[in-house]
Amino acid sequence: MHHTLIALVEDKPGVLNRVASLFRRRNFNIESLTVGRTAEPGISRMTIVIDSDQASAERVTAYLYKLVNVLQVEDLGSVPAVARDLALVKVTAAGHDRAALLRVVDETRAHIVDTGEQTMTLEITGEPPHVDAVIARLDPLGIVEMVRTGQVAMRRGDTALSAAQYS
Amino acid sequence: MPTRTGAQIIWECLVHEGVQTVFGYPGGAILPTYDAMLDYPVRHVLVRHEQGATHMADGYARAGGSVGVAMATSGPGATNMVTGIATAMMDSSPVVCITGQVPSKLIGYDAFQETDITGITVPITKHNYLVTRVEDIMPAMKEAFHLAKSGRPGPVLVDITKDAQQGSLDWQWDPTPVKMRGYRPSPPATRADLAKAMALVRGSRRPIILAGQGVIQSGAMKELVAFAERIDSPIAMTLLGLGGVPASHRLNLGMMGMHGEAWVNHAIQEADLLMAFGMRFDDRVTGNTKTYAPHAKKLHVDIDPSEINKNVPSDVAIVGDLRGTLKDLLDTLEPADHAPWVAYIDSMKGDAAVRDIQKLPDSGHLYAAHVINDIWRITGGKAVVVTDVGQHQMWEAQYYHHETPRSLITSGGLGTMGFALPAAIGAKVARPDAEVWAIVGDGGFQMTQAELTTAAQEGVKVNIAIINNGYLGMVRQWQEFFYERRYAATPLRSPDFVKIAEAHGLEGFRVATRSQVADIVQRARCAEGTVLIDFSVEQEDSVYPMVPAGAALDAMIRRPEPSVLAETGADPI
Repeated sequence: MHHTLIALVEDKPGVLNRVASLFRRRNFNIESLTVGRTAEPGISRMTIVIDSDQASAERVTAYLYKLVNVLQVEDLGSVPAVARDLALVKVTAAGHDRAALLRVVDETRAHIVDTGEQTMTLEITGEPPHVDAVIARLDPLGIVEMVRTGQVAMRRGDTALSAAQYS
Repeated sequence: MPTRTGAQIIWECLVHEGVQTVFGYPGGAILPTYDAMLDYPVRHVLVRHEQGATHMADGYARAGGSVGVAMATSGPGATNMVTGIATAMMDSSPVVCITGQVPSKLIGYDAFQETDITGITVPITKHNYLVTRVEDIMPAMKEAFHLAKSGRPGPVLVDITKDAQQGSLDWQWDPTPVKMRGYRPSPPATRADLAKAMALVRGSRRPIILAGQGVIQSGAMKELVAFAERIDSPIAMTLLGLGGVPASHRLNLGMMGMHGEAWVNHAIQEADLLMAFGMRFDDRVTGNTKTYAPHAKKLHVDIDPSEINKNVPSDVAIVGDLRGTLKDLLDTLEPADHAPWVAYIDSMKGDAAVRDIQKLPDSGHLYAAHVINDIWRITGGKAVVVTDVGQHQMWEAQYYHHETPRSLITSGGLGTMGFALPAAIGAKVARPDAEVWAIVGDGGFQMTQAELTTAAQEGVKVNIAIINNGYLGMVRQWQEFFYERRYAATPLRSPDFVKIAEAHGLEGFRVATRSQVADIVQRARCAEGTVLIDFSVEQEDSVYPMVPAGAALDAMIRRPEPSVLAETGADPI
């Protein structure tokens, strides 16, 4: 089962290494990990997706809290949340492929962000399963290059995750 | 404000933290700090290998209860510390390691003696720092000491570049307490948790307390005994917990686990409540967790939230300082009487006493258990004993009965051979008035034997008992039990240890019969300097009982009947 963990961390050198090292050392496999800034200066936000059972997700949450630079951890597996993944996919677009490709673009929420002589680059944004589904449709047309950001996620409703209490 | 160099600030911080001794080894990247050292009232113990420095700092910390400090240069100096840091991490020992680093402009360029020691030690430190600016030295040092000793203690490494040591600054000590926004050392127990714990305790007919090192680190010895007496609950000890409850206390069953006494493990398997206090259900303690204490509810009190439900799921967990938690529980805990249960456990001892090697008549052969039990008797159980890793370590735990906390210092979690001699030196420096014994195997002694020279140079008196069986004994025992006695790489040739002692101007003795033990032990105690005794013990003796790794806790290999005890009688090769 997938667990999406959010960690608010101090923006200091080596913090990403500490977090990544923890998952490796404790034998957890990271499916995706994204890091970025938050609205609070000096605080970064990590979204970490792991494949684990509930007990293991609780364990890894406790280990994350042991890292001195980690301020707050939330497991979004148990609460309603919005999640987004972004993919850039460069697809072969020569000859009859072009029409098929444009049909996929039309029927999904993909955007054409670049066109070359032989290829077209699409941007796909959405819930990770949506991105998976669009990629599955593009696959037979010939994907020549692809990048995904990994998931970012946030709890629904008015409850906000903040490191303000630790300032 | 006076101007201070980074190097001076390091020593100012150490002095302000109350540090009196640093164990270390100089080198290029830490030279500015060593130069400044001469102007500060801190004793420096020059080790022979940086691993020794970390074990000494560790032994110092465990014996004295304050932070131990080790210092080394960059590159190999720092990497040599890795084993000692990992040892301190596994056993939650408060150690601060200070390493020099190449100048900040050279970091990343594979400069001479450059190594990424902060990267290397991320998984084996509680936290670490790379300091590249002189103004960052004091905050890092203050945080390092705060982290090392608070909450669940552990090692912290501060890596300081040479240019930060050489830089200068208008500086004064900032006495304000450390505040770190992401660090919560010890949350207090909540009332709901306490109420649930009380309910478990009240409902139990066959309770057992599992007492770990947390009892000692939290200073909860009195509270634990009061708690056990109040509810009339037997206590089983972890290896690192030994000394936290007097061995002679009527409720103290002794050590549990892989080499615990049979009745202790049987009692745990039959208990209806385990109260785990400051212990972490290590695999050496539980055996197979699937069959572990199947009838027991588990109450787990630990200061580290990540230990809860890690190895053994708990029914009620309290995260917090053990002493405070026990005090809270004692406030409202009603007395209970578990005499039938206590008597039942006693009856399970059965023929254990008959099988005990202590009961063997003196056949002229020398058993390690004899040596250790005699040391216990002669020292009145009042020595600080530092053990290495292996058979002698388990025999010590079985035959030296510890009455006071911080009287047994041993590498439990990591199982670091070579720990005993340097850790004993550190323990003696921390407690100069204590009688310190290093009990060590012939294999482990040779791993850090060079620190004998440190003891000689520093005039630190430790009594060294080498339990010499001519084998890497514990590995040999596993080969005997599980590998058809195929003794691959375990027969061990040793140098003449007595001559090695003499080469240092120290006294050395060899003992091969039981009748000599008491006399020589007494002579060692009375000697002014370090004394080394080489005890030639039975070669193929094994530690009993034994729970094979991964087996159920009550599936023990018991001590053989005395009549079938193998006596090889051969001299060690």
